[in-house]
Amino acid sequence: MLLKSHASLRRFIDDVGTVDAVGIEERVAKFTTRSLKKKSKLFGLKLAASMIDLTTLEGKDTAGKVASLCKKAITPHEGMDVPSTAAVCVYSSMVRHAKRHLVGTNVKVASVATAFPSGQAPLRTRLAEVRAAVGDGADEIDMVINRGAFLTGELSLVQDEISQVLEACGDATLKVILETSELETYDNIRVASFLAMRVLRPGDFVKTSTGKTSANATLGNNQVMLEAIRDFYLETGIPISMKPAGGIRTAKQALHFLIAVKETLGDAWLNNTRYRFGASSLLNDLLRQIEKELTGAYQAPWNFSDATEGY
Amino acid sequence: MSQRLLITKTPKCYVGGAFIRSESGRVAELHDASGAFFANIAQCTRKDLRNAVEAAAKAGPGWAKRTAFNRGQILYRMAEMIEARSLELAEAIMLGGGSKAEAAREVAASIERIVHYAGWTDKYEQILGSVNPVASPHFNFTVTEPMGIIGIIAPDDSPLLALISLILPAITSGNCVVALASQTQPYPSILLGEMLATSDLPGGVVNLLTGQRSDLIHTFATHEHLRGISGVVNASDRKQLKLGAAESVKRVRLQKSEEAIDWFADSAQGLYDIREWIEFKTTWHPIGA
Repeated sequence: MLLKSHASLRRFIDDVGTVDAVGIEERVAKFTTRSLKKKSKLFGLKLAASMIDLTTLEGKDTAGKVASLCKKAITPHEGMDVPSTAAVCVYSSMVRHAKRHLVGTNVKVASVATAFPSGQAPLRTRLAEVRAAVGDGADEIDMVINRGAFLTGELSLVQDEISQVLEACGDATLKVILETSELETYDNIRVASFLAMRVLRPGDFVKTSTGKTSANATLGNNQVMLEAIRDFYLETGIPISMKPAGGIRTAKQALHFLIAVKETLGDAWLNNTRYRFGASSLLNDLLRQIEKELTGAYQAPWNFSDATEGY
Repeated sequence: MSQRLLITKTPKCYVGGAFIRSESGRVAELHDASGAFFANIAQCTRKDLRNAVEAAAKAGPGWAKRTAFNRGQILYRMAEMIEARSLELAEAIMLGGGSKAEAAREVAASIERIVHYAGWTDKYEQILGSVNPVASPHFNFTVTEPMGIIGIIAPDDSPLLALISLILPAITSGNCVVALASQTQPYPSILLGEMLATSDLPGGVVNLLTGQRSDLIHTFATHEHLRGISGVVNASDRKQLKLGAAESVKRVRLQKSEEAIDWFADSAQGLYDIREWIEFKTTWHPIGA
């Protein structure tokens, strides 16, 4: 079994090329040294806000919580010149609640599906969940790949499942979550990216993580995927979009990711049809920093609907 | 035996339970009373102040939730840690001139002040809280709550005692502080940070910065996350702090640096200093329900 998995992975890596791990680490370390000031910083902060998939993925989600999240997504902060977020991202059972509040706005409804976050359910169950979410009005579907199959070398199974989910999506945009923390190496992340991209349509996404494991989106795995997207685009002319998710909590981190996009894929990817952030608490920190740029005073979190226990 | 290599110390600020240099990388030379070079002191900036406030915000809820008795135990432990290194502290105070006896007296008074507030932690509530008479069938009572993060601006003189006298009444009730140490004599605050790190006081409850007052006053004044400012400052700084506080709605208690303050006096400590940094909450509870 092990031999077989190595052989199929090996063949694929020979095909798409390997990743220079040390080079990637050095490259991304440079992204955190760029100095963004004044107007360009404000531009970056607002751009990041417009790229957010405002997310709530908890067992305790209710229709009420989703409703308030939708209001926040449409108008992030009363009286501030800041764009709506790109989408609201919820569990499939919450899609109909979210849809009710977002009809007629430019905020999309994204739904995680395919037995998120583990993906450990029979394929027909996963496909049924996708169809149900699309039927309830989801504009975008976030699926997880079959990591078990990937790690045992059944790459074509992984790809077939993505194709079937894609078919079930219909017109809805598909985001393929690789769950990078479970793929172990940068080489594997590149392989998984190509596996997905070769069946995706222009405008579909590859996405780093579920946000449900200990390790989430990092500048490193973001960079590996951005370079995979670049290489794939140069080879085929098909633009694939990118969504890092999980662990991006501060405005500063978001700006680092945007710098990576700017310097790897260029301005064509600096919009919310080509790049997204999966995040819940990031939006409030962006608002804090935007207000700080506008007023010059550091802001308290309680001005931005954060639960702070009075501190 | 060959001559020993000279080991010079880099004094670092105590922020969020860790020892940091300023993000600016800037330092200023500190000289002893004879004018000889002693050490490079970090020149903290508004970004260091911002980071310290974030650290305080993280530590705050946990500190406020501890029992009053436990806060008292921790403050007492602080006194123990300082007592053990009192000679070192006295030498740090003597860098600014002054006699050995005066320095020793300041350290002793500082330790006693800590013990004083350690005693108050589980007692102030009984005096400041109240049961209020009301003309309806309600049980009406008032309790206290800490305010949040308090900014401290220490005077140049009495670099240890004044700093401690400003910090303690705030943290006794569960507030956290971000303090700017004496500009001319910062070294005692560096040692104080090292002692706090070993004193069971959770990291982030007390954050100690060094540097130029003029670099930081504006940020102290305007930072919305600070709930109060306690300091000894001159007339122009008082004006700036009050204007900023009016905008960001924070409580200020400013003492005049133009006037001599007797930090050793009993009037420099006590219940009413604690009262400056708490909020009162009154609850109406129906009787019989």
